[in-house]
Amino acid sequence: MSDDQDDIILSELPDDELVLQMHDDLYDGLKDEIEEAVNILLERGWAPYRVLTEALVGGMTIVGNDFRDGILFVPEVLLAAGAMKGGMSILKPLLAETGAPRMGKMVIGTVKGDIHDIGKNLVGMMMEGAGFEVVDLGINNPVEKYLEALAAEEADILGMSALLTTTMPYMKVVIDTMVAEGIREDYIVLVGGAPLNEEFGRAIGADAYCRDAAVAVETAKDFIARKHNRMNA
Amino acid sequence: MRQDRPLSPSASRAARDAAGAPVGPDRLLLVACGALAREIGAVIGGAGWSHVDLICLPAILHNRPEEIPQAVRQAVLDHRAEYARIFVVYADCGTGGRLQSECDALGVEMVQGPHCYAFYEGLEAFAAREECTAFYLTDFLVRQFDAFVIRPLGLDRHPQLRDLYFGNYDRLVYQAQTEDPELTRRAQDCATRLGLTFERRFTGYGNLQDEIVRRAPPG
Repeated sequence: MSDDQDDIILSELPDDELVLQMHDDLYDGLKDEIEEAVNILLERGWAPYRVLTEALVGGMTIVGNDFRDGILFVPEVLLAAGAMKGGMSILKPLLAETGAPRMGKMVIGTVKGDIHDIGKNLVGMMMEGAGFEVVDLGINNPVEKYLEALAAEEADILGMSALLTTTMPYMKVVIDTMVAEGIREDYIVLVGGAPLNEEFGRAIGADAYCRDAAVAVETAKDFIARKHNRMNA
Repeated sequence: MRQDRPLSPSASRAARDAAGAPVGPDRLLLVACGALAREIGAVIGGAGWSHVDLICLPAILHNRPEEIPQAVRQAVLDHRAEYARIFVVYADCGTGGRLQSECDALGVEMVQGPHCYAFYEGLEAFAAREECTAFYLTDFLVRQFDAFVIRPLGLDRHPQLRDLYFGNYDRLVYQAQTEDPELTRRAQDCATRLGLTFERRFTGYGNLQDEIVRRAPPG
């Protein structure tokens, strides 16, 4: 970031420039600036959903693309995510009040034996940014916990994450249990994590493997649209 | 021994030839992770094998497991004409089974198990612990802690990220391959820096030594 960044007064920027500045500030992981800018846009009468999509999700999309392309790395993405989280914490209570569109509900967690939740947290945040309601089960989840949450929350999507070669087979345990209980087709099952690939996702009976948070969002939207099309047919 | 670039088999062969060792069809090449170079070198040196060569791939692939299968494939293809046997001294190492598939396709064997932490401790003993909240360091990783943990995770630049990475761990387990009080002190310091409690386990070379010894006799 250039030194003259310090001279920018966010409240003096017109809306379009402020949004671009927020994209820059997200990229640089500047949480305080993001929170300030979110409040400025709200005070100017922007709907919370518009702030979320144009300023925050728009900025994180740039971050996600540059991560995918090897320009940004995990530490920078985490800082950006922290900044977005700050903005989201302001917007989240307002979104429900203002009738923001709901895309669907996702239950997400890392599988039994796996405590690595960075990817899972990024997916959850980006799903929320895309209008999904996310129920985060946290880490180290046995099959019972997934199934209980899916039923209790009346969820549309199950998201499972694993970082270890030793824990990723547990995803199949969960899916096989869903099949055995006759509920597999009631849910969209998305899986992700560094050692996984599409072939593994197919082999265990998931609907899709998602290589990153952006792909998870697009895949979820696609499956939800197909589900609605089926219901309306 | 350099850890950051392959140790050329021709270099180790030149040294061996200078010592008068024969070159023949019984030769065994070990294609190994650079993080194991010192330990494998000690096993070879301790046994006095002159028919075993070692090539090490960059240890930093430890942080980029998706690149390991292709790197191993290339090393095997580059050298297989010169050796009767090649043994890949990698476990799965986060490749999600892709390294095993690559080795199967190449017709070479590799170390069994998920990673070096498991084969140092012994596969069954490691699995029996079911400890998912332990962060492991080996002798190599203690020596290279800043290069392999702190800097790649950006903790030198952004120390506030520490608990995002390590908040779900409750302890650092130092798997010691050697009795070295200085390394133990450094490992304790690593635990302090990560905000974790410290445990030291002496493993020696564990299954690593067994795997190599089993394949080392001339064919």
